[in-house]
Amino acid sequence: MRPHRVWKATAIVGWVLALALVALAILVNTTALGERTWLRVLFGVSALNFTLRAAIPLILGAMSGILCERSGIINIGIEGMMLAGAFAAFVAKTNTNDWPLTTSLLFSTLVAVGIGGIMGLLHATFSIRFRMDQIISGTVIIILAAGISAYLFDRDAVAEGKFAPIAIPLLSQIPVIGPVLFAKPLLTYLALILVALLHVGLFYTRWGLRTRAVGEHPRAADTVGIPVNRYRYMNTTLGGMVAGLAGGYLVLEAVGQFQEGMTAGRGFISLAAMIFGNWNPFGAMGASVLFGYTQALQNELLLAGVKTVPRHFISMLPYLVTIVVVSGFVGRVRPPAAEGKVYETEGGE
Amino acid sequence: MDTREPILEVRDITKVFPGVVANNRVHLELYPGEILGLLGENGAGKSTLMNIIYGLYRPTEGEIRVRGRPVTMHSPKDAIALGIGMVHQHFQLVPVMSVVDNVMLGSESIRGPFLDREAVARRIQEIASRYSLEVDPYAIVEDLPVGVRQRVEIIKALYREADILILDEPTSVLTPQEIQGLFQIMDLLRRQGKAIIFITHKLKEVLHIADRIVVLRRGEVVGEADPQTASQASLAAMMVGREVMLVVEKGPASPGPVVLEVEGLEAVNDLGEPALRGVSLQVRAGEILGVAGVQGNGQTELVEVITGLRPATGGRLRIAGQDMTRASPRQITDRGQSCHVPEDRHAYGMVGAYPVAYNLVLNTYYRPPFAQGLTIQEEAIAEHARRLVAEYDVRTPSIYTRAGSLSGGNQQKLVVAREFSRPIQLLIAAQPTRGIDVGSIEFIHQQIVAKRDQGVAVLLVSYELDEIMALSDRIAVMYQGQILDVLPAEEATRERLGLLMAGVHPQEHTAAGLST
Ligand SMILES: Nc1ncnc2c1ncn2[C@@H]1O[C@H](COP(=O)(O)OP(=O)(O)OP(=O)(O)O)[C@@H](O)[C@H]1O
Ligand SMILES: [Mg+2]
Repeated sequence: MRPHRVWKATAIVGWVLALALVALAILVNTTALGERTWLRVLFGVSALNFTLRAAIPLILGAMSGILCERSGIINIGIEGMMLAGAFAAFVAKTNTNDWPLTTSLLFSTLVAVGIGGIMGLLHATFSIRFRMDQIISGTVIIILAAGISAYLFDRDAVAEGKFAPIAIPLLSQIPVIGPVLFAKPLLTYLALILVALLHVGLFYTRWGLRTRAVGEHPRAADTVGIPVNRYRYMNTTLGGMVAGLAGGYLVLEAVGQFQEGMTAGRGFISLAAMIFGNWNPFGAMGASVLFGYTQALQNELLLAGVKTVPRHFISMLPYLVTIVVVSGFVGRVRPPAAEGKVYETEGGE
Repeated sequence: MDTREPILEVRDITKVFPGVVANNRVHLELYPGEILGLLGENGAGKSTLMNIIYGLYRPTEGEIRVRGRPVTMHSPKDAIALGIGMVHQHFQLVPVMSVVDNVMLGSESIRGPFLDREAVARRIQEIASRYSLEVDPYAIVEDLPVGVRQRVEIIKALYREADILILDEPTSVLTPQEIQGLFQIMDLLRRQGKAIIFITHKLKEVLHIADRIVVLRRGEVVGEADPQTASQASLAAMMVGREVMLVVEKGPASPGPVVLEVEGLEAVNDLGEPALRGVSLQVRAGEILGVAGVQGNGQTELVEVITGLRPATGGRLRIAGQDMTRASPRQITDRGQSCHVPEDRHAYGMVGAYPVAYNLVLNTYYRPPFAQGLTIQEEAIAEHARRLVAEYDVRTPSIYTRAGSLSGGNQQKLVVAREFSRPIQLLIAAQPTRGIDVGSIEFIHQQIVAKRDQGVAVLLVSYELDEIMALSDRIAVMYQGQILDVLPAEEATRERLGLLMAGVHPQEHTAAGLST
C-alpha cells in the first residue's frame, strides 16, 4: 500500500482506539468498576487530569514543530524556544505582579509568545539567510535559551498567581469528560483549539496548501509563483510563537514559577510526538496525550505505593515509551520531502 | 510567411551562468496557433531560454515582448499572468498531493477562508473534456503513471488560461502510445489558437508535429527549418554541425559463452504486487539482447534484480557461472564485472550535489589508483575525470561543477562515461539514451556496439522500439512480468514486435495469421 493509504488506516484505528478509551474511562469512573484500585489507578479522573496537564506543553511543542517542518525547516530548537518563552513569561509576570491578575497573566502570555516568535525568526534567519545547517541552528537556539535564562534568572523573584480553571457551562457537567476537559484554565483550551485550527489551516486553506507544497517540493512551488523563503520565514516565526506559548503555559498555568531548565526535555518529546503523529496535528496530539499518559501513570503508580517494581523503573516509563514508539515508527512515517534543505532559485542572481 | 502579430518575441536574449554562456543573443518569434519545434544538442541552452521566458531566470541582456509589449518578469507569477504556461523537463508536481491541489497551487480558488476544491475539480473536468485530457481530479499524483502526470501538468497550464505553452522535452519519459495521445492534445490546442513551443531530441517527432523548427547550438540560433522540406539527416547536421549517422553500423555478432543467465526469476514491485513472474533469459558474451516492451511490464524490476538492487523472491541469477541471486550490488559490480546504466539517473545514477569528478568514481573510489590505503587520491580522480569528460564530450564548465547543474543530457553522458570506462564483461543498460541529443546517441550507440565487439555481454532495456531494433542481435519482448518470446533481430519486424508488446502470444498470433 502507498504510505498515504497506510496513514489513513492508522488514523482511523487511532480515532477508534481513542473513543474506546474514553468510554472505558467513563465506565471506570461512574460505575462500580472503579472499586478495583488498579483500574482507578489506570483510568481515574486524577490520572486523566494529570495526563492532560502533562500533554499540553507537548501538544504545543508538536504544533510548533509541525508549523516549521511542514514548510521545510527542521526545528529541533523547540526546547530552547519553549524555555525562552517560559523565562520571558516569568520575567513579565514578576514585573507586573501589581497589575490586576488577569491583565498581568495575559500580558505575560503575550510576552512569552513574542519572545518565542523572535527565537523562531532567529532560527529562520540562520537557516535561510545564512544557510546554516538546521540541526546546528536549532542546537544554537537551545544553548542560547538555556544560557541566557540561567544567567538572568533572579532566584528571589516570585510570580504571584496563575491562570485559574474556567468551567464551561453545561459541558463541564458531563460526567468524567466534563471535569477533565471542560473545567480547565485558559491556555489548555487555547492549545486544544490550536490543534483543530492548525488541522483546518493546513489542509483546507490557501496558506496550508502553499505551506505543504513549500515543504514537499519547493521548486514546484516556485514554478507557480509562490515565494518559498517568505513562507518559510513566516511559518518558522509562527512555530516559535507557539513554542513560546508552551513555555508560557508551564509558568503561568501549570507551575506558577520558573526553574532553571524547567522544560526538562519536553521540547524533544514533542518532536517525537510530531514524528509519531506523522506531522499531522491530530496525530501529534494523540501522541502527546499518550506520552502525557505515561507520565501520569508514573505519577499514579508512585502515589499508589507500588513497591514490587523499583520506583526508578517506574520513573523511566515516559522515556521508555518515547524511545520504543519513535524507534518503531520512524521507518514508517514520512517527513516533508524537502525538510532541512536550503532552497535556492536556480537563476543564480 | 505569417502576417499575424507574434504573440511572443524573444529579442537578443543573453544568459550567462558562472563559466557558461547558456544563451547568446537569441532571437525567437512565436505566433498564435502554431507549434514551434525547438531543437538543439544537450546543453545548447533550450531549457535555460524557456526558463527565462517563464520568469524563473532573469536574462543577463535582452528583451522579451508578449503581444507586442515589452515585459520584465520577476517570477513565474508574472509569466503566468501574461498567459504563459510551462511543462518542465522534470515534472513540477507535489507527489503526495491530489491532482486538484497540484492544479490550483499558486492560483487557488477560494470560498470564504477555505479552498474550493469542488470548483477546481469542476474546472478540471471541463478542461479535461474540452481537450480530452482524462484524469481523476482526486487521485494522488504519486499513484499516477508518468503519462497521466504529464496530462496534469498540461491541465495546470490550461487552468491558468495559458495561450503560450512551453513543453520542455515532454516526450522523453512517455511510451509511444502516450506520445500519440500527447500529439493529439497538442494538435487540438493548436487548432484552438494556442501557441506552443515544443522541445525534443527526437527528430521524427518535430517533423511530424511542428509547423516551424528552430535550431540552437551552443546558445545561439543557428537556423530555421521547414518540416515540409527538412529531413532527419539535415536537422541532425544543423544541430550538431556535422553529418550524423542516424543508423549504427554494426557487423554480425559472434556470440561466445553465456555470461548472464536468469532462470525463473520472480520479484515484487514497490507496492508488493508481483512484477516478475518467472523470467528466464540468457545473454552471451559478444551479443546484445534487447528487451522490448511497453513501460511498466516488469523491465524496471528485472534490471533492479539483476543489479542487486531488488531482492528476487524466486528463481536464480548467474553471472559468468557464479550464483549471484543474493549478491549485493557491489559484489555484482566487482565479482561479476558488470556495469549498470540506470533508468532513473537522479535516483540511482549520480549524486547531484557532488562535483562531476566524484561522480565519475562513484563505484571505484575505494580502489587504487583512486584510493591508497585510507586516503582518496584527488589527483588521480581529477585526471581520470578530465580524460572522461573529454572522451565522452560531457559539456561542463569544469570537473568540479556540481553534477546537478549540468543539462539533462550531459548528466546522462556522465553516467555512461563512468560505467563504460571500466573493464567489464556484462553491460546492463536501461534507457541509455533517454534525453540525449542525436549526436550523442550516435556516440553512445557506437560505444555499446564496440563493447559487444570486445566480447561484452549486453542487456539493453529500452521503451523505444527504434533503439532496440537498431542495436539488438536478439530481441526479447516483456509483457506483464514474463518474456513472451525471443526473436533473432532479422525476424523481428515492427509489426511482430508490436503485437507481442500488446500481449498477443506467438501461437495466437500465428493462429490469427492462418485464419485470415
Ligand atoms: N542553474 C545553472 N547554473 C549553472 N549553469 C547552468 C544552470 N542551468 C544550466 N546551466 C548550464 O547552461 C547550459 C545550458 O543548459 P540547458 O539546461 O539550457 O541545456 P538544454 O539545451 O536544455 O540541454 P538538454 O537537452 O540536455 O536538456 C549548460 O552548459 C548547463 O551546464
Ligand atoms: Mg533541457
